[in-house]
Amino acid sequence: MIDILINVTLLAFLAITSVAILRMTNLFAIVMLYGIFSLLSAGLFVVMDAPDVAFTEAAVGAGISTVLMLATLALTRSRKRGHEGDYEEKPSRAHRPWLPLAVVGITGTALVYGTWDIPGFGDPNAPAQTHVARYYIENTMSDTGVPNMVTAVLASYRGFDTLGEVAVVFTAGVAVLLLIGGRRPKSGAKVKSEGGEDEA
Amino acid sequence: MKPNLILHVVSKFLIPLIIVFALYVQFHGDFGPGGGFQAGVIFSAAIILYALVFGLDAAEKIIPSHVLRILASFGLLLYAGVGVVTLLLGANYLDYSVLGSTQIAGQHLGILLVELGVGITVAAVMLILYFAFAGRGRT
Repeated sequence: MIDILINVTLLAFLAITSVAILRMTNLFAIVMLYGIFSLLSAGLFVVMDAPDVAFTEAAVGAGISTVLMLATLALTRSRKRGHEGDYEEKPSRAHRPWLPLAVVGITGTALVYGTWDIPGFGDPNAPAQTHVARYYIENTMSDTGVPNMVTAVLASYRGFDTLGEVAVVFTAGVAVLLLIGGRRPKSGAKVKSEGGEDEA
Repeated sequence: MKPNLILHVVSKFLIPLIIVFALYVQFHGDFGPGGGFQAGVIFSAAIILYALVFGLDAAEKIIPSHVLRILASFGLLLYAGVGVVTLLLGANYLDYSVLGSTQIAGQHLGILLVELGVGITVAAVMLILYFAFAGRGRT
């Protein structure tokens, strides 16, 4: 009972946050609301007994990505274009809401229709529980001796996947360094030689 | 940067706690929730907090950018290297059972090393991202 109450409250807050994000024009406040959205999602994951995922969502979604978006805002500007002072958007070109609305409506209906076939939350007969999950639950302790099954699956059974994920993180770092990284120009004269060093 | 006494005192008190918590999440990931990825993010959050309060230059003095690049590569190489070691010991790639005297000891060692590699890479990449973004707007 209390679970349902918490779920409904958290989901309601998620919906309110989404609507607030849509209606706001101040990007600084929107970034803050993104952080709140992530924190609420983390709360939902905790209620669903997935503390590892909640941990990641709270640390990455509410923490790091908020800081990164703020840093990006510092580079650009903190208001949407066309909203310098006035909140009323001027219809500069013909704006037809019906086509996007129809697309969103049809997609949403299709998604809701698709959820009918999804097995209930925690259903023991769901395909996800009957395939390899049973093997993990029965054999993790004897195979690896690691009490946290999530760690065992991530690092040992699915070691290849995690290696790929780390490679993705590493690649993202390299990509950012290539795009906007490198040494900051301290003084005008030294820029060229230092830039050359970086690329070498 | 304008000195702010409250921020300085509070963050100096918090940053060691955050780093200890990151290490706890890192090495206790076998037993509780968490693991290398979360620990790396928490560790980088401590450094980012330091950078926010004390300025980017002070933070880059603690962990210079070239060290971060080496660390990011090292973590990935550590992960992949564990797999190569298991290959050389005659097992499949990333099959940790041959690393220790027993299967469970080998799995423990393998998971520990692999999670350490994940943590190092994630922490370094997060800091690289932050330093790249925060250092961009300055001259």
